[in-house]
Amino acid sequence: MGKVKKGVRLDHISKIYQDPKTGKDFYAVKDTSLEIEPGSFVTLLGPSGCGKTTTLRMIAGFESPDEGEIYIGDEAINELTPNKRDTAMVFQSYALLPHYNVFDNVAYGLKLRKMSKDEIRKRVLGMLKLVGLEGMEGRMTNQLSGGQQQRVALARALVIEPSVLLFDEPLSNLDAKLRVSMRTEIRRIQQEVGITAIYVTHDQSEAMALSDKIIIMEKGVVAQMGNPQEIYYHPKSEFVADFIGEANFLRGTMTGRDGNYVTLNIEGNSVKAVGDPGMEAGKNYTIVLRPEAASLADQGGLPCTVVLSCFMGSYQNYHVMVGDTLVKLEEHNPKNKRIYNVGEKCCLVFEPDSVHVLES
Amino acid sequence: MAARTRQGADLDRKKLMADPIMVTTICVLIAFLTLFILYPLAILLVDSFVGDGGFSFSVFQRIFSMPNFIRAITNTLKVGFVVGLLSTFVGLLFAYVEVYVRLNKFVGGLFQVVSMLPVVSPPFVLSLSMIMLFGKAGIITRHILGIYDNSVYGYWGIVIVQTLTFFPVCYMMLKGLLKNIDPSLEEAARDMGASRWRVFGDVTLPLLLPGLGNAFLVTFIESIADFANPMLIGGSYDTLATTIYLQITGAYDKAGAAAMAVVLLCITLLMFAVQKYYLEAKTAATLTGKASRARMLMEDKSVKIPLTVLCTLAAIFVILMYICVPIGSFFPTWGRKFFPLTGKWYELVFTRYKGFKAFKDSFVLSLIASPITALLSMIISYLVVKRNFHGKGFIEAVSMLAMAVPGTVLGVGYIRGFSGGVFNTGFLQGIYGTGLILIIVFIVRSLPTGTRSGISALRQIDKSIEESAYDMGADSFKVFMTVTLPLIKDSFLSGLVTSFVRSITAISAIILLVTPQFLLITVQINEFAEKGSYSLACAFATILIIITYGAVLLMNLFTKYFGTSRKIKED
Repeated sequence: MGKVKKGVRLDHISKIYQDPKTGKDFYAVKDTSLEIEPGSFVTLLGPSGCGKTTTLRMIAGFESPDEGEIYIGDEAINELTPNKRDTAMVFQSYALLPHYNVFDNVAYGLKLRKMSKDEIRKRVLGMLKLVGLEGMEGRMTNQLSGGQQQRVALARALVIEPSVLLFDEPLSNLDAKLRVSMRTEIRRIQQEVGITAIYVTHDQSEAMALSDKIIIMEKGVVAQMGNPQEIYYHPKSEFVADFIGEANFLRGTMTGRDGNYVTLNIEGNSVKAVGDPGMEAGKNYTIVLRPEAASLADQGGLPCTVVLSCFMGSYQNYHVMVGDTLVKLEEHNPKNKRIYNVGEKCCLVFEPDSVHVLES
Repeated sequence: MAARTRQGADLDRKKLMADPIMVTTICVLIAFLTLFILYPLAILLVDSFVGDGGFSFSVFQRIFSMPNFIRAITNTLKVGFVVGLLSTFVGLLFAYVEVYVRLNKFVGGLFQVVSMLPVVSPPFVLSLSMIMLFGKAGIITRHILGIYDNSVYGYWGIVIVQTLTFFPVCYMMLKGLLKNIDPSLEEAARDMGASRWRVFGDVTLPLLLPGLGNAFLVTFIESIADFANPMLIGGSYDTLATTIYLQITGAYDKAGAAAMAVVLLCITLLMFAVQKYYLEAKTAATLTGKASRARMLMEDKSVKIPLTVLCTLAAIFVILMYICVPIGSFFPTWGRKFFPLTGKWYELVFTRYKGFKAFKDSFVLSLIASPITALLSMIISYLVVKRNFHGKGFIEAVSMLAMAVPGTVLGVGYIRGFSGGVFNTGFLQGIYGTGLILIIVFIVRSLPTGTRSGISALRQIDKSIEESAYDMGADSFKVFMTVTLPLIKDSFLSGLVTSFVRSITAISAIILLVTPQFLLITVQINEFAEKGSYSLACAFATILIIITYGAVLLMNLFTKYFGTSRKIKED
């Protein structure tokens, strides 16, 4: 596709809705500015009601922003209706036209663009091949499985060669296994076509697997933006840490500094962790501890009591109490390791470099 | 906040304006609804309050001092109440038996016929057959039982005929609701030790109660608004609808009739408001759950046999009543001589009484009105369900309002509103007395039913299907033509036929507006029945039944072979 790739820019976008019960206005999206690079795959991730779908629908043109301006490339598109925008959306419910067969569904957008029959045929068949639906063009959409329907929806969106491809939780109606294989497929096709893609989901593993960049939203505002590693290892808030992956939070007070490391007092015990230069002694901080970053030992670290010990095959799952705080951890490859049983007293240990410290 | 919110609303408006077809459609719709529904009703109010000397209650004082008007009000309410109760009860019985008891094919078929008959039959049929079977010279009363002075005219006549006419509506409504009750609720009660009666009283009935109220009010409104039956079988027992008609055609008191129409309208609007905003919401709230699996049907003979026999007898009776009219049209002398059957009344109809012209006029006018109605109602439903714009609430409210307006009221409104042109300025005066105004009345009368079925059909369609087409680059018009309309083709087709049938069998508003230049079948039936020429009335009614039944058959065939929705539904 010889088109110039275009990015998307949101400039201080807000959307205000009225609460149907109280009649009060509230911000579904508040003062959000984003810059999406041409050709990149960006995920809007967040719990339901965080404004991610509203943002996507504003880009598509189904909703109008109450503040700010949206750009595709350099063009301001606020006043354009969805049919005039250079975007194509893949819907959660697939939204295939039920009275058309696969071919006609994919050809719909091209017919609207008044292409010749031969050209349409060539492009549609090419696109069906790309999404792995060769030979299915004569089927009615209700004769397809969920995964196949999703491929049709994707082909239909791609075939009109939009500047931006929009996904609205496209995999949430599929079963778990299919979801995993489809997301790999979506990523492969996006890379092959090189199109700018914006993907809305509440599934963090989907976001990790697909994205160049993840944007986490909370209550209408962007909580953090970054590539998957940044977000996972350096969450800016407990919300982000908790939302992406599992996280334990250990609260304590900073007592001293040693180069790049700080010491924190947690429940009367001294713990070492990697720390930012701006941290000050005497202030309260929270350690974000991932389950896979911790393990149990007979001594050293934080004293704790095992309250759950469960063999999961590839790992041993523990819940331990550190004082009043519940910590969940996974001891991987447990075959030749010492297994702690419920009620045993032991110690929680972790590398100072494998945790992240947040201001409380 | 207000200044900020404006941008979104502004943009929405700009996007709408970028769509000229859509904007034009909305404007035309609003103009149509205002001019032909709101305006005639408004003019009634104006008429009845503003006499020669400005605003006053004098017209109302006058009509409320007429004893026959007061009697008409009490008569109407009494009939409406009793008919509402009886129809709901009989409807519930039928619905319960169909949903809960295993029926054999024959009885099931009877039930289906009963549910369809009132839809396809002209309004007078039951009154005619009632007179024929039970009147002074009735086949059953006089010739079988030997009773010579039985009178069917009056209160009981109306009640029986209206109940038989309206109970199938209740039956259909309640059947839908009963099917939506999750059987496991009843099974749970049964499991905890309740008898069938307890289950019915403790579980089924409470869940159904708002629905029963709903059915009662719907029938109540229908009964109050009914013109044809009271006209034919009421005798001296006048209801509001007939009183208004007589006030105009007999007493030439148009202001009085307008005020009476306002009273009738207030009653139906009140009922309608209760039904629509209170009971419908409640019904939906109690019965949202879809049945999780099929219900275990009753096999118990002590319940099954009496219920089935009762309903079967009732169904056969109703069907007999309908068949009487065609048979009656072949009797040589009504009420005296039954054999040999003769076709002489049809000869008379087509020779002396211009039957062919009546057939043609009714047919052509309805045929013009029905596609317009069907398309309009689909457009309105599309706008209401799928689009957002200023004035949407207005369009929805006014098209639903038309449902609560009795035909007689609309007829009086049109006389007052258009005989001298709009606001007596002469504007649109040209349509008064023409076929056009009849067509418009047909459209307005059928619009609410069509819109309602369109709305429920469209609600079933995922909004994102249309959004996806829009997103692919189709404008609103294209979306409507290539996506929406094909998806609701069945609903469109049935709207087409329903509005045709409703139009060709309409009488209440039409009888006030028709000019001698048009011969409409329903008006002819009324005229001959009034004169006592029942044989001729029966012959006309039979022709009408054939037309409407043919239309329904055609539609069924058409949907069977060309309906797209069928293909889609086969999941």
